[in-house]
Amino acid sequence: MNAILPSRRGVLAGAASFGLALELLAVPALAADRDLANRKVIVVICRGGMDGLSVAPPIGDPAYQGLRGALALDTTALPLDGTFGLHPALTTVQTLAQAGEARIVPAVATPDRARSHFEAQDVLESGAAGVYSASSGWLNRAVEALSAHRKVEALSVGATAPLILRGKVQTASWSPGRTVDAEARLPTLLQDLYRNDPLLGPALARGLATEVMAQAATADMATQGMAGQTPPANALRQGRDAARSLGVSLAGFMREPGGPQVAAISLDGFDSHANQAGLLNNRLAYMDAVLDGVHSGLGPEWKNTVVIVATEFGRTARINGTGGTDHGTASTALLLGGALKKGGIVGDWPTLKANALFENRDVAPTLDMRGLFKGVLAEHMGLDHAVLEKAVFPDSAAAKPVLGLV
Amino acid sequence: MALADQDLRAAIAATRFGLGARPGEIAEARRDPRGFLTAQIRPQGADLPAGVAASSERLNEFREYRLEKRDARLQKAAMATGADGKPADPDARDPVKVVGKMLRQDVGGDFAARLQLAVTTEAGFRERWAEFWANHFTVSATKAITGTVIGPFEAEAIRPNVFGRFADLLGAVEAHPAMLTYLDQIQSVGPNSRAAEYAKTGGNRRGAARLQPAVNRTVGLNENLAREILELHTVGVSGGYTQADVTEFARAMTGLSIGRPGDPAAAGTAIFRDQAHEPGERTVMGVRYRPGGREQAGAILADLAAKPATAAFVCGKIARHFVADEPSPALVARLEKAWTSSNGDLGRVAEALIAAPEAWAPTPAKFKTPYEFIVSSYRAAGAQSETFGKVAPILTALGQKPFSAPSPKGWPEDAQSWAAPDAIVKRMQFAQAFSTAAVRDRDPKALAADALGARLTPDTAKAVARAESRAEGFALLLMSPEFQRR
Repeated sequence: MNAILPSRRGVLAGAASFGLALELLAVPALAADRDLANRKVIVVICRGGMDGLSVAPPIGDPAYQGLRGALALDTTALPLDGTFGLHPALTTVQTLAQAGEARIVPAVATPDRARSHFEAQDVLESGAAGVYSASSGWLNRAVEALSAHRKVEALSVGATAPLILRGKVQTASWSPGRTVDAEARLPTLLQDLYRNDPLLGPALARGLATEVMAQAATADMATQGMAGQTPPANALRQGRDAARSLGVSLAGFMREPGGPQVAAISLDGFDSHANQAGLLNNRLAYMDAVLDGVHSGLGPEWKNTVVIVATEFGRTARINGTGGTDHGTASTALLLGGALKKGGIVGDWPTLKANALFENRDVAPTLDMRGLFKGVLAEHMGLDHAVLEKAVFPDSAAAKPVLGLV
Repeated sequence: MALADQDLRAAIAATRFGLGARPGEIAEARRDPRGFLTAQIRPQGADLPAGVAASSERLNEFREYRLEKRDARLQKAAMATGADGKPADPDARDPVKVVGKMLRQDVGGDFAARLQLAVTTEAGFRERWAEFWANHFTVSATKAITGTVIGPFEAEAIRPNVFGRFADLLGAVEAHPAMLTYLDQIQSVGPNSRAAEYAKTGGNRRGAARLQPAVNRTVGLNENLAREILELHTVGVSGGYTQADVTEFARAMTGLSIGRPGDPAAAGTAIFRDQAHEPGERTVMGVRYRPGGREQAGAILADLAAKPATAAFVCGKIARHFVADEPSPALVARLEKAWTSSNGDLGRVAEALIAAPEAWAPTPAKFKTPYEFIVSSYRAAGAQSETFGKVAPILTALGQKPFSAPSPKGWPEDAQSWAAPDAIVKRMQFAQAFSTAAVRDRDPKALAADALGARLTPDTAKAVARAESRAEGFALLLMSPEFQRR
């Protein structure tokens, strides 16, 4: 790494001394540098507290079935290794895992222990040691650091930029719209055409207003996970198709020449206090479809990519009285990508033995989330260690970078 | 009333009387707008959609399906209590599902064939006239079995009779297996008939038991069809009949039924079962009818068809469908006069409608139903052969699920029923999607002129001309106030 960057700077300095525009020379960069410029990282944030024991159920752990009862997936889980399976909805993840392109991180947590969604998400995204100690996101600061060497674009998927990508560097955002939204001209033109129409004018105006409200309501429903509701089969399929095309679209942006190398996407609705089985089946199928879309959409660029799937906290090891689980501590993260090295689980498994549970209720964390992020940024994206410790994840010395992932 | 000029009359002929103009249609109608319409009236009735099966075939198919379903239930029950305790093989070929799918395809296919006819016909007025009568005599797929026979019903009972005498149309409709099934006439048995006596003595023949298994057979009168004939098909709710008239009429109708599957000659066709007919004379609306079999009900139907109240009720409906939600009494009076002076000859009534100056009022007063909007959109695009299967979910979203009117009253025809805010937004979404696919490299300005002729307003013409894409221009045309109306 250190051997590469100075040499490029040398080339640029030389070019500058001959009075050439830097942009012209920036294109034919050295092979190794071009390789770094192709590297991609995608962070998928699963909001609501995703249940790690459902994502990768430790079916080989002797205490698992007793703690999980009716929610235990020991007979339905997709095979992964001797201890862990994968949720039945995660078929893409399993296929990738069998090819050595997906690994689980089964007991990872942020430094936050408050079990509050909003606090924990802030800590997850800011990369800070505690809540309210940073107003920018660690991914934005990482892009800022990378931009010191070369142009790096970043993209967030969604109507508003998530904290993880907020900061000094201007990043792009994109959200999939419906056809009507994309061509907002037609409603406007029609309202003009209907200005003297006593029937159609008021009807369209009210209809459009309702449409806006309905969209907001739908979004709220998704945030709340539609607790207790199982959508009909064809709605599910439509949801999966939409999820897959979301992933394909994101991949399409990243494959564009000069497109984003860094992206963040949020998936909502993982807060599974009740009816967890149906709810997670839907949400994980959605997530799996997004990952499927990203994988197939990236095509040859998949080999240059690492995807990190993370959540703000895990859930209680025991089920509650309403067929669900409550806010917990450690959860499971996923690492995916053609750039990954083959290997088993990342971090240690603390087991589910009674005395191993955190505060006698949650999966105990064995790994600081920041160490995972730091390892990927350092080895995959080529970020300097000192910058990483100082600017991207301040006060994270205790969270050693997880090395050897790529 | 000032007569509209020839260009406007041509546009009105194609869009108000017809199903919307196809490219070139208004130009063709211009020579003689009225003659363009009267030429579409013909004694043999309306056109038949392609490939619609016979109703007897469909009914037998459906009964077979029900027997298969019962057999499958019995089989399942037998397996559940089987000695080996093994569950049924879920992958086994399920005859119920197979036949069920076939039935859905029949219904979807019939509707697509009707849509194909409506979109491509050069005789738009004739088709609109036929569809008016199909809605007047609604048979709805809200009852599973009737869904399979709506296409055949229209082809067998409605379409051949729409320019003939109303009494003939009424007779064909009320004795058709689809109507008998939809309004429960096949179960109606005279309380003092031989069949009822036989049932009281407990003499259930094996053959009859096979047909209606597991049902506690209560034998008796069902008033449904008799009441709807009076209320919806003939004299109307204020036509001067009482509950006693309904009951008497229902007694007279007993015996009208459908041939059983075991009877190869009559299976699935309308028959008259003498043994189920209530014996004795009947009095309906002050008229006494002699004891008899099918001719008793026939005589009552003929009298109902001839009543002035029927002419008034049905002519009012024709005027509301073609001209305005609140038509002028003068127009209705013209239609009634044509009806009564021709003994209910519907061809003469259609001519009177075409001749009535009120029907050519320049301002379009009718707001299109979803079906009319979709059909006229396809016609404006000059569509030829499309896969009309994809239209069904659109119509369902717009509130007019194919062949599924909510009640025997049929689909509403007034603007207030169809111009709800959500419906307008959904029409807009359809227009946008449809235009993108339909307009291709054509000029939306030309399509607008073809679709609306002299009815195109300067505002809409300007909006279409200023559109930033062809598709946007065509969508604006379809959503314009004048295209939404007729």
